[in-house]
Amino acid sequence: MGRYVIRRLLQMIPVFFGTTLLIFLMVNVMGDPIAGLCGDRQCDPATAAQLRSEFGLDKPVWQQYLTYMGNVFTGDFGTAFNGQKVTELMATAFPITIRLTLVAIFFEIVIGISLGVLTGLKRGRPIDTTVLILTLVVISIPTFVTGLLLQLLLGVKWGIISPSVSSAAPLDELIVPGLVLASVSLAYVARLTRSSIAENTRADYVRTATAKGLPRRRVIVRHLLRNSLIPVITFIGTDVGALMGGAIVTERIFNIHGVGYQLYQGILRQNTQTVVGFVTVLVLVFLAANLIVDLLYAVLDPRIRYA
Amino acid sequence: MRGATHVKWAACAVAVALAATACGGGDSGGGGGGGGADGIVSSSWGDPQNPLEPSNTNEVQGGKVLDMLFRGLKRYDPKTGEAKNMLADKIESSDATNYTITVKDGWTFSNGEKVTAKSFVDAWNYGAALKNNQKNAYFFQYIDGYEKVHPESGSASATTLSGLKTTGDLTFTVKLSQKFSLWPDTLGYAAFSPLPQSFFDDHDGWLSKPVGNGPYTIDSYAKGSSMNLRRWDDYPGDDKAQNGGIDLKVYTDNNTAYTDLTAGNLDLVDDIPASQLTNVQSDLGDRYINTPAGIIQTLAFPFYDKEWDTENGRKVRQGLSMAINRQQITDQIFHQTRTPASDWTSPVLGDEGGFKKGLCGKECEYDADEAKKMISDAGGIPGGQLKISYNADTGSHKEWVDAVCNSINKALDNNRACVGGPVGTFADFRNQVSQQKLTGAWRAGWQMDYPLIQNFLQPLYYTNASSNDGKWSNKEFDDLVDKANAETDKAGAVKTFQDSEQVLVEQMPVIPLWYQNGSAGYSDRVSNVSLNVFSVPVYNEIKVK
Repeated sequence: MGRYVIRRLLQMIPVFFGTTLLIFLMVNVMGDPIAGLCGDRQCDPATAAQLRSEFGLDKPVWQQYLTYMGNVFTGDFGTAFNGQKVTELMATAFPITIRLTLVAIFFEIVIGISLGVLTGLKRGRPIDTTVLILTLVVISIPTFVTGLLLQLLLGVKWGIISPSVSSAAPLDELIVPGLVLASVSLAYVARLTRSSIAENTRADYVRTATAKGLPRRRVIVRHLLRNSLIPVITFIGTDVGALMGGAIVTERIFNIHGVGYQLYQGILRQNTQTVVGFVTVLVLVFLAANLIVDLLYAVLDPRIRYA
Repeated sequence: MRGATHVKWAACAVAVALAATACGGGDSGGGGGGGGADGIVSSSWGDPQNPLEPSNTNEVQGGKVLDMLFRGLKRYDPKTGEAKNMLADKIESSDATNYTITVKDGWTFSNGEKVTAKSFVDAWNYGAALKNNQKNAYFFQYIDGYEKVHPESGSASATTLSGLKTTGDLTFTVKLSQKFSLWPDTLGYAAFSPLPQSFFDDHDGWLSKPVGNGPYTIDSYAKGSSMNLRRWDDYPGDDKAQNGGIDLKVYTDNNTAYTDLTAGNLDLVDDIPASQLTNVQSDLGDRYINTPAGIIQTLAFPFYDKEWDTENGRKVRQGLSMAINRQQITDQIFHQTRTPASDWTSPVLGDEGGFKKGLCGKECEYDADEAKKMISDAGGIPGGQLKISYNADTGSHKEWVDAVCNSINKALDNNRACVGGPVGTFADFRNQVSQQKLTGAWRAGWQMDYPLIQNFLQPLYYTNASSNDGKWSNKEFDDLVDKANAETDKAGAVKTFQDSEQVLVEQMPVIPLWYQNGSAGYSDRVSNVSLNVFSVPVYNEIKVK
């Protein structure tokens, strides 16, 4: 197990450098960001040159990348165009997005898995069909439609929630945005759990457990669910990274100043420092989540062993 | 680990989330704070693009704050745009080159520091100096010695402008490098604001909580999310704030701000999203404002491309101008938030300031038959097809560019005569414009810096001027502009600028499309809301019920 973890950690290094380099090149391909800083007029050439050298944009790309990576390892993620340190932006954006992601994951686990178990055990019954249709509807409607619709109905028409989240983004204001963010994944979790449960209900060990005379509840939770959760855990694990990076639509609709918003601003303003900095952290989150998922396999199914 | 693993996980997630809330809380949301003279107005905001310094702020969001925080020598009347003395006691000159400025006594910054002649001289020297990277440095270009502190290339050979001299506690003199009779009227622009000593002593500290001499002070500022401004009770000016303060709130999307306004969570939105223009009347009724702003939108052409810089090219541009049905586009696409343009300035200047409706004449009126004839007589559009470039990321430009092309195609009976050319980001678009990569037309726009006819003409069409992106050059036009700037009386200067506009009618270097309006909406909690000529809300006049 220990050796497996170390090997996985070492594998992360090339992935980390590869992704950051790619992002760096992609943002660079978009051209000179200074041109957009002066609005609909041209920056005067002297000031533009001065700004370019301040942000290191006058050097060749490989040199910019090396300097940038060198700085990252000392904890310096550079400065955004509005004069704010990128680390400062991260310190305000990440806690909010993490909170939003946790709310979303919570809904995925609680609602998604319970619906999955319910329908998996009652295959073919009306409840199963209803949930199948409902999840299909949720999957096929884009997030921004669900978001705007809920915002309009709950926020404006019925006044149950505030249509926009305040800058502190407390947990209670994140419930609806979290639900919206979770909606599609939630539907997938329900469907994954359902098929996994349905498949395993006929397994030998379930029959054995039932034959032993164990109470139904125990058979389901201890034996059936535990063995059916492996694909679901994989999905939720990879979803952590996807939710954090992909919250951009939800964050825009509900005015949440999280990672998605900062990335959007960064791309719009072609701010290499912001975009690369945030993506670097997201890559790390993604890698860590994947590692944790792989380790959880062994916990759920002791037959899985790592060399 | 057995059985209840996943339950434990879920519980753990909730616990962490709850703990995070507890840490993140504390900031009470919403306007609140009662009504009347001390009522607080909440207003939508966008994240300023640059650090908040007077000579570094060149967009509306930062400018909004500076307008509440600073008062300069002059101030533009919110209704008429006329430049009136604010901190200036008098600005005198006999030759339109040497000016003597006297600052009014009794003004202070909100930290108690006195506003003196030095506050202005220091601030202007700071703004002009190359080493400070100020994006508005070019505002000081008319002052003598500018090329020494801010050379086009290389390093500066002086740190202060030689044309600026403090002659007393409250007086200073300015020597310009050329005649410029309307120069005092430019001094209302935020870049010319005075700065307190604390700005120079502790620059970072000042940037995190700017201190000015205007009717408001900053109570708290959370970069990127909100700024709370409060009325400054000791403000010496006669335009005191009529409310307790303004809470600016950054929105990720102006649609959300609009939704918040309709839900009653926000008092003021100063940018109605295009998608809501169809229902804004029914949503807000007379709480919807739609007034002219100093912005004109145009189509620009590349004169560095030889094909456009010919006699035939001139006829084609005039023909294209006549092929655009401005009235129909402003009605259907913009829902009357634009007005068809018939000169190169803006209605906010007023007749005295140089706006002249219909100056462009039949060249700016829709006439499909004449347009077709003119363009075919001139040998057709250079390259066979007109491509109008625009940035697709903000401002919903696609709709109107497609409409303009549609109008041209219809007039020319050719579906391929005009196409839109989207560019991914604004920065990339500006990049292609400034590096002269575009060979067709592109969308151009001009938001005035100060309400002067000079500002609508000289920076855009004078040979090698800062925003003459198409590199158009015409001696007759240049001479008229020089002549206008040398006129010592204002009416004469305006008249001569209008003469120079006649050259634009003949040559059509850019096609004027429409004047842009400022649009805003407000809640029934506030009254006396209006937009000034820069389409910024006049915050200090808003009253809370």
